Amino acid sequence: MKHIVIIGGGIAGMESACALTDAGHWVTLIEKEAQLGGKLNQWSFLFPDFTPAEKIKDTLFDKCQERDFSILLKTEVKSVQTHQKKFNIETFGGQKLEADAVVVSSGYELFDARRKEEYGYKIYDHVITSADLEKLLRPGSDLSVAAGKNPKRIAFVHCVGSRDEKSGNHYCSKVCCITGVKQAIELKKRLPEAEIFCFYMDLRMYGKHFEELYREAQEKFDIQFIRGRLSEAAEKMDKSLLIKAEDTLSGRPLKMNVDLLVLLVGMEAGKGTATAAAKCSIEYEDSGFLKTNDTFLFSNFSSQEGIFLAGSCTAPMSVNDTILHARSAAMEVNSWLRKQ
Amino acid sequence: METTSFIWPFTIGLLFITSFLVVIISIWITSLSRIDKSRIVHSIFTRKSLMAIGEVFMESLLHRKIFRKNRMLGYMHMSLAFGWFLLIIVGHIEAWNYYHSFSVPAYKAIFFPYFVPASASTNSGKVLAASMDIILLFILSGVLLAYYKRLNSKLFGMKKTTKLKAGDRIALSSLWLIFPLRFLAESVSAGIHHNGSFLSQPCGQIFASLIPLQSIEAPVWWAYSCSLGLFFMALPVSRYMHIPVEVVLIFLRNYGIRVKKRIGGFSRIQVYSCSRCGICLDSCQMTHAAIKDTQSVYVLKHIRNRNLTDEKLFNCLLCGRCQPDCPVGLELNNLRITQRIESTKEYNSSYEYLKNGKVAISPQTEVIYFAGCMTHLTPSIIKSMKEIFKVANVKYWFMDEDKTACCGRPLMQVGQYGAAGKLIDHNLERILASGAKKLVVSCPICYKVFNEDYSMSGIRVQHHSEYLLELMAENRLPVNKMPLKVIYHDPCELGRGSGIYHQPRLLLDEYVELISVKNEKESAFCCGGSLANIKIHMNERNQIRDKAMDEYLSYQPEMLATACPLCKKTFAKSNNLPVHDIAEIVYMAIHKNKIMNPEEQKFMEKSKIGL
Repeated sequence: MKHIVIIGGGIAGMESACALTDAGHWVTLIEKEAQLGGKLNQWSFLFPDFTPAEKIKDTLFDKCQERDFSILLKTEVKSVQTHQKKFNIETFGGQKLEADAVVVSSGYELFDARRKEEYGYKIYDHVITSADLEKLLRPGSDLSVAAGKNPKRIAFVHCVGSRDEKSGNHYCSKVCCITGVKQAIELKKRLPEAEIFCFYMDLRMYGKHFEELYREAQEKFDIQFIRGRLSEAAEKMDKSLLIKAEDTLSGRPLKMNVDLLVLLVGMEAGKGTATAAAKCSIEYEDSGFLKTNDTFLFSNFSSQEGIFLAGSCTAPMSVNDTILHARSAAMEVNSWLRKQ
Repeated sequence: METTSFIWPFTIGLLFITSFLVVIISIWITSLSRIDKSRIVHSIFTRKSLMAIGEVFMESLLHRKIFRKNRMLGYMHMSLAFGWFLLIIVGHIEAWNYYHSFSVPAYKAIFFPYFVPASASTNSGKVLAASMDIILLFILSGVLLAYYKRLNSKLFGMKKTTKLKAGDRIALSSLWLIFPLRFLAESVSAGIHHNGSFLSQPCGQIFASLIPLQSIEAPVWWAYSCSLGLFFMALPVSRYMHIPVEVVLIFLRNYGIRVKKRIGGFSRIQVYSCSRCGICLDSCQMTHAAIKDTQSVYVLKHIRNRNLTDEKLFNCLLCGRCQPDCPVGLELNNLRITQRIESTKEYNSSYEYLKNGKVAISPQTEVIYFAGCMTHLTPSIIKSMKEIFKVANVKYWFMDEDKTACCGRPLMQVGQYGAAGKLIDHNLERILASGAKKLVVSCPICYKVFNEDYSMSGIRVQHHSEYLLELMAENRLPVNKMPLKVIYHDPCELGRGSGIYHQPRLLLDEYVELISVKNEKESAFCCGGSLANIKIHMNERNQIRDKAMDEYLSYQPEMLATACPLCKKTFAKSNNLPVHDIAEIVYMAIHKNKIMNPEEQKFMEKSKIGL
């Protein structure tokens, strides 16, 4: 029986652990947090159809429970070393594991919005990120803490920390456009009186039903989309925010007073990912995401034979793309092990 | 005497260069503004001329500033310049001593050993001949160093050196030949006539024992004369024009003349005074981003040769780091800005939408606060300032809280003086209408322009670091020393640009443990974020920033403090070290409990204050 160690117990790790167990291998899943699920734990509803994140998570949890594989929680990998076609994995707790193959599914981190200081995150009370809003969108949560008693106007800023040379991230984080549309609709449902504006550069509605949702946001929910990036935000005496932007379609600078500003933060490679990758000599991109052997046929292969990649440690990915990528990783691991 | 025809190359060269210099310097001086001309007239018979003579002696001859940079380099320059000067002076004294007349033609002094073949009979003649030998030895040591410098410039403390043009090569080659040839000629004459001194005489005798000297005496004097003549002829097209022009520059500078917004006689004089020594290359941070052809020395060269491209002109941070190092003391930043004004087309900047409404502020208003555009991009500085005003109980008017025009400085840096002037007028009207007597500015870029280009007598402009220090001295600010190791980064526009080095340090000393670094104050690094460069790429900016950051990190500080929102923003992006403005640090001390981010929380825990 071959032993596979999976690093990262988010949805990618969970999904590939299940698939590899089904294929008859012995799997150990390592997660640094106290519970599995990764970033999915932070989301309330998923685009494009408002599926509760809880539902996906529960299904995945059940799947894991039904199968017999080891899970190491609150465990962090210290090093991965190759020795005679085997991988020696050492954790910070001093545990040592030997594996025939390794799957890296270490996921991503959210862009720290404080790095765009001009938007005033953590400086002004009524500036929040899309991740903060997600928590507030849970049924029964109190929006007024962040948005004041009766927010009249709410603005979303797209591409915070993505496609932005100044913040050092040139790439598109892919999921924020549709997240913005989804969250704007949810807010409108909660606060029908409020006007909602989305400030964007492009809207990239790449997935199934995304474009339809975007259309619905405009037609049914009267959400207004303004092409132009925000230059700055300033807090007024009453804690409302004065934002400055340019409407690049009409070519005019504009100012607007809003009661809540939502920053759609992008995805970044984990801070330690690049250094960890360098340690076990697998390649990574300038952005810090891990390099796959090619874009088409070997998107689960790292530059080191026997180490496979799954999910958003390779690039920004949505929940469904991550699950598919994790399944394909499991298949690749399985057929690679059979050839050994 | 037939054989004296060798004096002609030298004499023609000397006549040519003298008349050339008279003409060109007259042209430059006549093109000075009326005020500058009257400055000359009113200063020429004052102490200023004496000071200028002193400066010429110290800088053009002794090269004191180069000495400070590197002793070898200083010695090389001094031996050539001061040595040559002494050679001319002593040569003339020798001639005067012999002919007992001041009206001896120059060539008689220059070629003295040839014209006075009899050995020096008087004691004074012997002393003079010996001094000439000593001086020549002194110069030859410098020439040797100059040869060696071409091979190995590192010995002279220079990492980089400039490339030469054809004119420079001719002038340089003849300059290098002048003194060895002089030595040769003197020795040959000494070998024949026994008129040499302790150096030329023995050498002459050695030569005499090797070859018959009679036949080569005239040719070596010819060669000496030709090298002098050639040097004089090549001077106008070479960098050695700096030798005569720098003297003029020193006088005019002592008379109070400075580079103006328009290219004029004085800026031409500055351009020609550049010796292209290349010392500015070493201090330029553009080299950290592998940009190696836009430095001041090259820009001045291109201005002189009239082939400057915008690509080079605008690819500069205007950090001014090269300026303190310039041995000639050229106004490198101003010269570049002058050139930018010349090369820029005026945009259609009517700014008609700027309307001056009534400025309604209470008469008790103590201070006008102008945050500046960059500070609006770093709102935690504004937040800190607001809080400080509140704590210190200051009545202030936040001039650009909602909408205000830009201060004008970024436009000026790229040469848009017309447009900047309109913004200045607009802001000035509002400032004056407010009636307040103090303007506090958070951004050094704004500070510089308010200080220098706004004519508002009676209103004191202060950068917030000066202002906070003043509040602290008046006991209006709580003081709370935190055990944090902090490096203060001097912003270019505040430090080199406005000479404010001490106030921020005095203030920080009260709040944190300040550590000093190698490159600070005058030689402080630029953060790389400068608005003045409109050609540089973001990755190049990052390289410049990272290099500076690396130096700071080598001191293992816990925080980087600065006094400029742009520096803060630039360094904060590198993500290696918490970066804060001085105002934020004061705010932290006031609000021990309100902490801005987790890194600080760690520090606060460490410093055991609040939490």
